[in-house]
Amino acid sequence: MSPTPPTTATTSAPGPGPGPRPGSGSGADSVIDVTDLHRRYGPAGPEGFDAVRGVSFSVGRGEVFALLGTNGAGKTSTVELLEGLAAPTAGRIRVLGHDPHRERAKVRPRIGVMLQAGGFPSDLTVAETARLWAGLTSGPRPVDEALALVGLLGRRTVRIKQLSGGERRRLDLALAVLGRPEVLFLDEPTTGLDPEGRRDTWELVEELHAEGTTVVLTTHYLEEAESLADRLAIMHRGRIAASGTPAEVIAAHPARISFDLPEGWFPGDLPPLAPLGVTDHSVDGRHVLLRTHRLQETLTGLLDWARAEALALGRLDARSASLEEAFLSIAGELNGHEAR
Amino acid sequence: MSTGKNPGPAVTRTAVTRTAGSRLAALGRAELTLLLRNRVALFTVLFMPLLMVFAMQSAVSGMDLEGSGLTASGVLMNGLLGMVLLFVVYSNLVSTYVARREELVLKRLRTGEASDLEVLVGTALPGIAVALVQSALMLAGGVAVLDLPVPANVPVLLAGLLMGVAMMTAMAAASTVFTRTAESAQLSTLPLILVSFLGSGLFVPLGMLPDTVADVLGLLPFTPVMEIVGAGLAGAPAADLLRPSLVGLVWTGLAVLAVRRWFRWEPRH
Repeated sequence: MSPTPPTTATTSAPGPGPGPRPGSGSGADSVIDVTDLHRRYGPAGPEGFDAVRGVSFSVGRGEVFALLGTNGAGKTSTVELLEGLAAPTAGRIRVLGHDPHRERAKVRPRIGVMLQAGGFPSDLTVAETARLWAGLTSGPRPVDEALALVGLLGRRTVRIKQLSGGERRRLDLALAVLGRPEVLFLDEPTTGLDPEGRRDTWELVEELHAEGTTVVLTTHYLEEAESLADRLAIMHRGRIAASGTPAEVIAAHPARISFDLPEGWFPGDLPPLAPLGVTDHSVDGRHVLLRTHRLQETLTGLLDWARAEALALGRLDARSASLEEAFLSIAGELNGHEAR
Repeated sequence: MSTGKNPGPAVTRTAVTRTAGSRLAALGRAELTLLLRNRVALFTVLFMPLLMVFAMQSAVSGMDLEGSGLTASGVLMNGLLGMVLLFVVYSNLVSTYVARREELVLKRLRTGEASDLEVLVGTALPGIAVALVQSALMLAGGVAVLDLPVPANVPVLLAGLLMGVAMMTAMAAASTVFTRTAESAQLSTLPLILVSFLGSGLFVPLGMLPDTVADVLGLLPFTPVMEIVGAGLAGAPAADLLRPSLVGLVWTGLAVLAVRRWFRWEPRH
């Protein structure tokens, strides 16, 4: 098990360590600053549960920032604190320069929120719900414009209870963008959507991004984070295990090669690994796992050796570095065993 | 999908700033729509108080009111106003708050610009409005049809009704703490309704009871509301209003504190 420092979120850019700082995002000014955030549910002692355990990050103006993680990693607990729905157990949050919980009145008119599960009265129609929300929102778009954005204009007279799960998700998104927010929080915006709906949502997020909206989204779809996010953080068990641009996160988690040595061969029989570009290796019986930043070079060296020795490597598997690899290896390492 | 990069006249972005008033109106309007679409709630709100009064009619007619200065219709009118507050505001609102909480509506509303207080008050507005309109109609009907005397002191009557509305709204929000579903509100609202029914002078005027008993019952939450309403109907010296006003404020304050301390905005996990 690799030990994880309490706050490891500040891997991006040239910023110094934790603590208040001007921001690490692409823009000079950061829109969201989170320092050593903790959130605990329930009482002190073993009956309570620490959902967020020391998270720090910042999001620059106009950035799309993705929080990734397995179920229970603490993504929603973190985002709800950013939205100001609850006060953190400890730590400091600034959204647009204000405490989002204590200074809600200052922050709310400038943010848009899409919760993980939409809460709409089931007996209202789509248009009535949007009108209600417009009545609660400063500077709203026209209701029909917001519904058109998510393709729900044709469903405006339908009751919420008759909508499909995907349609409810899209209505939720329409309400989140109704006030033309500067900062948009999307908690699993595409969960439950069909592939087309997911692509539509991505397009809308990209358009808002292009118009300068700052977006914080949680997801467990890695391709979603990879295609949308300027920067991302992978959460695991209430902490940020890795963060940076997708390229940085991928680079920090090298490609891997795994294979079984045949009967009678042992890992000590392998050629010297370092000259092949291997940065790290592990052995389990005759199963060997190599990590490398130079996949082609390492693989060529390995296969040349195997051919020279006339060996058949069993279950040979080579994977280039990807967000999925990074994600799985983080989840695996922190769980105390190697990823599959 | 398009965010409308060519929004025609680029002035659509007028800075409409929402005030507390406009937010309450939006919440109240949506909630009224929901009330009109919920048959059970609508029935409770419109007919329950009247049904209860019909049920109590024979009992009250059989009372020995001689020498108390009261009339059977006067007692019934008093009870009717109490019933309106208990059913249309209190009971109805517990169901509504719990239903909105369980549907995650309250949580969603809390992500917007409305404050917590606005969310709770806005949700309560239709019930409160119906209760006040009902009270006014019944008072007018009582005078016109039942030959009841015109209320002796309308400002005091109004103050009593408003205190009742405020207390019942706060009590309703507090009662959601021990109410899991909208259906179980039928049960969880019974204690306050029964205690008020029996001990707060709705149909049994406290003046007919021994003084010590009446003094103790005067400490119940709903008794001061009925005392002030009764004083508004029949007239009473201002000094008699001090104690009920204090008791009523204390109970309302306790309910508000309970809401601040224990109110849950989302279902228990």
